[in-house]
Amino acid sequence: MFEIVSKPIGRRAALAGLFGASAFVLSSCSGGSDDGGPSAEPVSEDAFKTAMDTDTTLTFWTWVPDIQKEVDLFTATYPKIKVDVVNAGQGLDQYTALRTALRAGTGAPDVVQIEYQYLSSFILGDNLLDLSGSNGYDQLSAQYPDWVNAQITRDGKIYGVPQDIGPMGMLYREDLLTAAGVQAPTTWAEFATAAETYRAANPSSYLTDLPPNQAGQMIGFMWANGAKPFTYDGAETVGIDFSSAEATEVIEFWQDLAQRDLVAVDPDFTDQWYQGLSQGTYASWLTAAWGPVFLQGTAENTSGSWRAAQLPQFTAGGTATGNWGGSTDAVIASSPNPIAAAELARWINVEEQPATLFATEQFLFPPSRTVQEAPEFIDAAPEFYGGQEVNKLFTEAAANVDTEFEWLPFMDYVYSSYEDVMGPAITGRGDMKGALATWEAQLKTYAQEQGFTVQ
Amino acid sequence: MTSTSTSAAPAGSPAPRRRGASAARRRQHRAAYLLVAPFMVVFAAMLVVPLVYAAYLSLFRERLIGGTSFVGLENYVNALGDSAFFTGLLRVGAFLVIQVPIMLGLALLIALLLDSGLLYAQRFIRLAVFLPYAVPSVVATLMWGYLYGPDFGPFAQVATSLSLPKPPFLSDWMVGSIMNIVTWSFVGYNMIIMFAALRSIPTELYEAARMDGANEVRIAWSVKIPAIRGALLLTLIFSVIGSFQLFNEPQLLSSLAPSVIDSAYTPNLYAYNLAFTNQNINYSAAVAFLLALVIAVLSYVVQLSAQRKERRS
Repeated sequence: MFEIVSKPIGRRAALAGLFGASAFVLSSCSGGSDDGGPSAEPVSEDAFKTAMDTDTTLTFWTWVPDIQKEVDLFTATYPKIKVDVVNAGQGLDQYTALRTALRAGTGAPDVVQIEYQYLSSFILGDNLLDLSGSNGYDQLSAQYPDWVNAQITRDGKIYGVPQDIGPMGMLYREDLLTAAGVQAPTTWAEFATAAETYRAANPSSYLTDLPPNQAGQMIGFMWANGAKPFTYDGAETVGIDFSSAEATEVIEFWQDLAQRDLVAVDPDFTDQWYQGLSQGTYASWLTAAWGPVFLQGTAENTSGSWRAAQLPQFTAGGTATGNWGGSTDAVIASSPNPIAAAELARWINVEEQPATLFATEQFLFPPSRTVQEAPEFIDAAPEFYGGQEVNKLFTEAAANVDTEFEWLPFMDYVYSSYEDVMGPAITGRGDMKGALATWEAQLKTYAQEQGFTVQ
Repeated sequence: MTSTSTSAAPAGSPAPRRRGASAARRRQHRAAYLLVAPFMVVFAAMLVVPLVYAAYLSLFRERLIGGTSFVGLENYVNALGDSAFFTGLLRVGAFLVIQVPIMLGLALLIALLLDSGLLYAQRFIRLAVFLPYAVPSVVATLMWGYLYGPDFGPFAQVATSLSLPKPPFLSDWMVGSIMNIVTWSFVGYNMIIMFAALRSIPTELYEAARMDGANEVRIAWSVKIPAIRGALLLTLIFSVIGSFQLFNEPQLLSSLAPSVIDSAYTPNLYAYNLAFTNQNINYSAAVAFLLALVIAVLSYVVQLSAQRKERRS
């Protein structure tokens, strides 16, 4: 996620839904939604027609700006359905409100925006409706890359409709890199060399920033490298392990750069950091597919100087990447209008008109391959990136996200604990590897205290 | 004294009169209770009931897996051995010892200066000092957070242009930076309380002091300050409570310096994060109660020691 969530700062609200943090895997095994497990009874066509032709009011909690536009398209198609769009806060604030409402047994919405990595914390209490039997959901998985399907399904049950995703890549200042005699790195080894050369040429700035508060980015790096630090069986067993070779490779790489003072260690999404991007204090931003549009609003004055590239690799010639951010729309299990609610979640995210509108109006990076390949999306060549086809690049990245990645059912704590433990180690350019072990131990203790079996 | 005239009839007066008096009294009592009833209802519903409920919650443990179980005082025992909680308490304790004297000293100095009539543009100064209190603490913190900025904040820029090292407002000096924000916000508030108390001192006392040859400083020290002891005590107790309840400032600054301000930076912040991030409402309730206990004890100690002094003098 990303601390946005707990500490909202106006500017971030602008890009709301886009970045949360990485996503989240429900299904412990391969991506497909048809691998076994009991699915919900299909909703009959009659029941669907009746439900959609009955006067109904749905409540929809979301923090996507101007989502009324998509909702209006929905209500134009289903005039009997009225939708109350409520912004109940962004990320963590909304989840807190949602948990309170669920506990109180009243006041919960019918449809709610949930980031991928938080789905399991709501599945845990059986709070989300299994959508697999709802109208049109049998067609859902065909549109998305396997990894996206893996994020929203568990044991063949579908718990959310993808709204946007954040496959990771790199944005960099071509002018600054050229002036320093550095080429855009394609491997992490090149990245380290470039960071050194760049720093030598520009003693007051850095090739990039490693935000000490941004667990989402670090977890994304690990995801890209094939590390699987978290497992959750959907019931009472979790696994937490950062000792794998893949995770170690990532943390050692960043520890080395931080200790040699080759990367900045400033918290992100602060005014200081926005300034840093627009004034060239950081010559690149390792970000996700929601980053390019966000940056245009943040560093307008540098228009034309930025370029996009794939995330650097540990293995030369590799293409793997991770995901950081993105949301789903899920249906609350206790909704009195499950059929209409499921249709709202599906319709606005899947039907061509609203789904394209999300991509072109709110600039959400579309999870659906159909929308990704729409000419008005994929051929866009923004001036800000010197006419580069940025969407095409991130569409490629979206296809290269490692398929399996799971989350713990208590990500709020995971992120806040990261800030407490990893944050000071990164800021102090100290023993990040040791801090990673401490973080792991803290997460295990918390999981045990909460009654989970820790593997 | 006026109070004697309204006090109860002397002992031994005839019974009927007494009964009549107490009947009137009872009527008065009834009216009094009726008048405070609206307050008492709101007080009970908004304060007493939630408090009792929090106390009740603090005796349980709810887990994500395994549900709720009664654990008695276990949450309190855990909190007493919780180093995060105590680090936070010590931090606000240090905050109290350093910041409160500075803030109240400044407030008193300004109040005395204003009261002495030595300053030009008195109304303007009074308003200017008070104005920060009208700025919501959230806004004040965001504003100071910008001023403190290590690269683009004005202090850092001035330091850079003078080739001095940048002041580490948001790292090594964080506690001091928060003290500064709180002082800035609350000097005016405390000053107004003291100033109002100063204005109510009868001027005859000053005349008498002057007749005795006291100068303005001596009058301030020996007449004014003792006369407003009640107001000083009030501001002191408010400040003690305020220090222990520090929340907004660290909560907002933590997005600027997440590695400096951890989730247990102040006890209040810790209780908040326990409840809403860790989803550990029961433990959070126990921590909150212990914090309230610390505040109550400290406030009582402050009051008691002040009263003793008063009695001695």
